Amino acid sequence: MADAKAAGTETTRRGALAWLLGAWGLFGGACAVGAGAMGRFLFPNVSFDPPQTFKAGYTSDFEVGKVDERFKAKYGVWIVRNDEEIYVLSTTCTHLGCQPNYLEAEAKIKCPCHGSGFKPTGINFEGPAPRPLERFRIVLAEDGQILVDKTKKFQYELGQWDQPEAFLKV
Amino acid sequence: MPKPLKELLDPRQAAESVASTQVWKSIFRHGYPDSPRNRALTMISNVFLHLHPIRMKKHGLRLRYTWCMGGLTFFLFLIETITGLLLMFYYRPTPEYAHYDMQYLREDVPVGITREIHRWAAHAMVITVWLHMFRVFLTGSYKPPREFNWGIGVFLLVFTLLLSFTGYLLPWDQLAIWAITVGSNMARATPFLGHEGPGASLLKIGDLNLVHAGDDAKFGLLGGRFVGAPALLRFYVLHCVGFPLLLATLIAVHFWRVRRDGGISGPA
Repeated sequence: MADAKAAGTETTRRGALAWLLGAWGLFGGACAVGAGAMGRFLFPNVSFDPPQTFKAGYTSDFEVGKVDERFKAKYGVWIVRNDEEIYVLSTTCTHLGCQPNYLEAEAKIKCPCHGSGFKPTGINFEGPAPRPLERFRIVLAEDGQILVDKTKKFQYELGQWDQPEAFLKV
Repeated sequence: MPKPLKELLDPRQAAESVASTQVWKSIFRHGYPDSPRNRALTMISNVFLHLHPIRMKKHGLRLRYTWCMGGLTFFLFLIETITGLLLMFYYRPTPEYAHYDMQYLREDVPVGITREIHRWAAHAMVITVWLHMFRVFLTGSYKPPREFNWGIGVFLLVFTLLLSFTGYLLPWDQLAIWAITVGSNMARATPFLGHEGPGASLLKIGDLNLVHAGDDAKFGLLGGRFVGAPALLRFYVLHCVGFPLLLATLIAVHFWRVRRDGGISGPA
């Protein structure tokens, strides 16, 4: 002991605690980095989901009074044209998120999961759905095509269907 | 000098000569269980037997008292493990194959009932877990010193339900896809981590939302914005590896604590 003291290499209580604290801190930090890396691992940089924004062709491609189902499977939207406007309707049921079917003969949108029914306008009229289907942003692109943007939604119950870009005047 | 034939054929002597070999003694390091000490050693020196108690209370053997529901649940877990392992030899968790592999397992693989046993045992396991919980409540077996084990049991219930939920997607039919769509939509409402959950709208830098449909809890669960190929693979991995490992670990803790806290079924 005396030799160690003389040589200045004696382990003091304070020194041991500092060493322990440093070691545990390093270990804890490494674990935190590892946990963070594992969490990040589950969120890939490339998504194979269809893009949120897409071009849907020209206004003349859409018949008046028809619910266009061409973009349902890939993008999850109906594009509807009536006498005055074109609007984009979400195919996600507002009850629990299933995908309803458009029944042309009955001119209604019907969800197979729990029976919610919607008019082609998106207004709910039967079943458990608490609110109308959502609509998405629709504008004309520079080349004259319809541009659908699913990142911006318009909700009837919030009075947003009258806002610009919630529909396209034709 | 060779032993006389009569001696070799005598069961007692034959058993004794086997029991005195080095191989036997290296495996069983105790004598016949004919004394309290040897009976105890029999149980504690064997990894499989040591799950059982050395001695137990009389009421622990009464079926009307325990319903054997914990034991049945563990039995069903073993059935799920074995049948699940067998199913993995045929099932491929990709949208192209998943549903047809399930039909193939049901229709064309010999002893195709294996798939149905896996399904029925899963239903039964959920029921027996609830009944086990109900029995533990009725007999007051959650009271001190068993409060901690009740807590472990609640986690076992949660993982049993999560195994059922993840297994539900694997047949990859309309029922599976929309059921998981509805179920995983709940993850959107996770506080701070789900993009429609409370607090998520607070996490933004300027106009930039940090938590949105492309990076929230639901996205992490499904590997996408909706139930697709990545979701099928993630649920498969969780169902076959992740949750069973967690469940097995918790089962070990649960059983260990049953022994440490004074044996099964007693209130004290």
